[in-house]
Amino acid sequence: MADLETFRAETRSWLEANCPDEMRQPVRDEEDVYWGGRKATFKNDAQKAWFDACVAKGYTVPAWPKEYGGAGLSAPEAKILREEMGRINARPPLSSFGIWMLGPALLKFGTEAQKLRFLNEIARGEIRWCQGYSEPGSGSDLVSMQTFGEDKGDHWEVNGQKIWTSYADHADWIFCLVRTDKTNKYQGITFMLFDMESQGVATKPILLISGNSPFCETFFDDVKVPKEYGEGIPAQVGEVNRGWDVAKYLLGHEREMISGADGGDRTSAIGAAMLRQTGELDAVLRAELAMFDVDALAYGAMGEKFLDEMKAGKGHPAQPNMMKYVGTELNKRRHELMMSAGGSTSLEWDSEETGGGKPSRNWLRTKANSIEGGTSEVMLNVVSKRILDLPGA
Amino acid sequence: MPLYHDEDQAMLADTAAQFMAEEGAIAKQLRHWRDRDCKDGFGHELWKQFAEMGFTGILVNEDDGGMGMGNVEAGIVLEQIGRNLTPSPFLTSSVLAATALKDGSDDLRGRYLPGLLSGDSVFAVAIDEGAKHRPERIKTKAEKSGNGFKLSGQKDFVVHGASADMIVVAARTSGSDDDEDGITLFAVPRDAAGLDHAAVRLVDSSVATHMKLDGVELDGDAVIGEVDGGREVLNKVLNAGRLGAAAEGCGVAGGAMDMTIDYLKQRKQFGKLIGEFQALQHRAAHLYSEVEIARAVTIKAGQLLDAGSEQSDLMVSVAKAKVAKAAGLAVKEGVQMHGGIGMTDEYDIGLYMKRDRALQEFLGDAYYHAGRVAQMSGY
Repeated sequence: MADLETFRAETRSWLEANCPDEMRQPVRDEEDVYWGGRKATFKNDAQKAWFDACVAKGYTVPAWPKEYGGAGLSAPEAKILREEMGRINARPPLSSFGIWMLGPALLKFGTEAQKLRFLNEIARGEIRWCQGYSEPGSGSDLVSMQTFGEDKGDHWEVNGQKIWTSYADHADWIFCLVRTDKTNKYQGITFMLFDMESQGVATKPILLISGNSPFCETFFDDVKVPKEYGEGIPAQVGEVNRGWDVAKYLLGHEREMISGADGGDRTSAIGAAMLRQTGELDAVLRAELAMFDVDALAYGAMGEKFLDEMKAGKGHPAQPNMMKYVGTELNKRRHELMMSAGGSTSLEWDSEETGGGKPSRNWLRTKANSIEGGTSEVMLNVVSKRILDLPGA
Repeated sequence: MPLYHDEDQAMLADTAAQFMAEEGAIAKQLRHWRDRDCKDGFGHELWKQFAEMGFTGILVNEDDGGMGMGNVEAGIVLEQIGRNLTPSPFLTSSVLAATALKDGSDDLRGRYLPGLLSGDSVFAVAIDEGAKHRPERIKTKAEKSGNGFKLSGQKDFVVHGASADMIVVAARTSGSDDDEDGITLFAVPRDAAGLDHAAVRLVDSSVATHMKLDGVELDGDAVIGEVDGGREVLNKVLNAGRLGAAAEGCGVAGGAMDMTIDYLKQRKQFGKLIGEFQALQHRAAHLYSEVEIARAVTIKAGQLLDAGSEQSDLMVSVAKAKVAKAAGLAVKEGVQMHGGIGMTDEYDIGLYMKRDRALQEFLGDAYYHAGRVAQMSGY
């Protein structure tokens, strides 16, 4: 315990010295988030300084081992760092699908050489990754996907189409589910890594109801994917034809991420902010906000319990599905209430006052929360089957 | 502190679970006493067994002969009480009154704690005035009289009031009805002259009273804590009691849910187990989520309370409100999913519904506590 208190004190003074004031403000727009990658630019010096300091300390991925670019923190230490960053509202120095998704998959399934190369690239923000899972005909029923990689000896020739590829137009590399055996549904998928600059890759942003385009359609036309990127660095994570195991594992992580299990701003009541914004609240709206805050604060405790149990190897392995279901439904409710509290101001689509229609665009964006990464209905199916053990589910 | 039970707590949970399932089971206690129209609504023999297990003094300091444990531990016992619908004066005596007595004089603690530790005494608390929990407003008066005080007023929803050897009464020694200050807590013995109980059986077969204080004369040494400074003690008592009620509610919710999920795996209609129908699966999974969250926030609030955190007022209210909603859902879905049989007295699911309703109301329902969350959050 004494060691942890020392660590907390050290962390606090390190943050004090290294986290610039500008990086202690809530994230206001997309530019405030640093995603890294070949094409990345920093919004300002503070963002760069904070990022550089964290890379040097291993704090872009604090819990990863040092040899892979992390800080090698234990679970209690990582929790303390999270708490201390939360205390000063420090922004994440680097956001990326590499950190949240590919990294955990590599840590579990990758070869040593793969880890050394790709994890370090992720930790230093050098490569920005995107995820190629869904296809036009394969949403909730993901395993029916058909993008095919033909074995051409020293390489795969990939043809097909992915959809809902987040930020594919900004990404450097993709981790992609590719069918490599058409005769075996579950054991015929390979989890492949390849460069988005490869010949035959094309992306097309999808315009959403929010007016934004965070997702793309991604097309593969005779894309050559080498089978190896060097000694001990195969193009696939895990074995060929066993990518579904990796995908399932990763979906668990994605569900945790989307569920906002880390708590974030869901751990504080929203009602007061709404009151400040509008000056007064209708009695029934106030009541609904209060009920929401009860649910959100309780869910914050659940997020904490969930993380604690996960780190201790307790808790049910299917619990992320529950977290994802509740977290996304809460977030949708939150934005519905914020729209109501904001009144007609919330309706403005491109005014300066609303930062270009943030309230309405964010509200619309949340409608995808309970669709992406497994719909609420699929989450409930999984909870029924794997946790409650209900028949025939 | 991680948000799950440590080894000692897990052991306590196992012990309490086994004890309550054996000795506190529905057939053996709740139905037994209910069907005999018991005036107490619980069995004194079981209360003695609670004492032998050390449960009655769980919150009492070790110096006073108790276990010296915290609200998390009391909650562990209460969750099992809830799960088995075990009728007992544990919440009012060992949680609410015991918390009040922590601020009592040596004399008061010496007078009342031995009986609690041995399981010979039962305590109650008298806070509510009227049908809704509004502890911000206390009208019951305690006027200076000689060396002591004279109490007059009416208290309601005094659970176990008629069975109690001592009742902790919140009364006003100065100021007006809605004042924060001017409250004093008194330990009123059962035989005090001018004390009158009208006992009423409640929907869950527990017995509460409408309590009249008609010039009840008390010595100055009956005061718990400081004269006029009782609000602080009262808040501690309320926090402990609300958290306890939340923990018991988690048990009620868990018991009702497990019973219902089991039923979905047994009952056949249209040639199928009804648990195969997605319409029921999704509702069951949603219920599971709510109950898990209610448990999480109850442990969280208990830890904050035991750590003396300034956040504990807020999180205790969040827990009380969340549990009320989750347990309410559990018993409603429970009866509905059981279908016709759920409406019969023979089947236990209805007993869960009744207990939940009484627990929801006790020390403030979800509406009261959500309102409090809003207030404490600044809106």
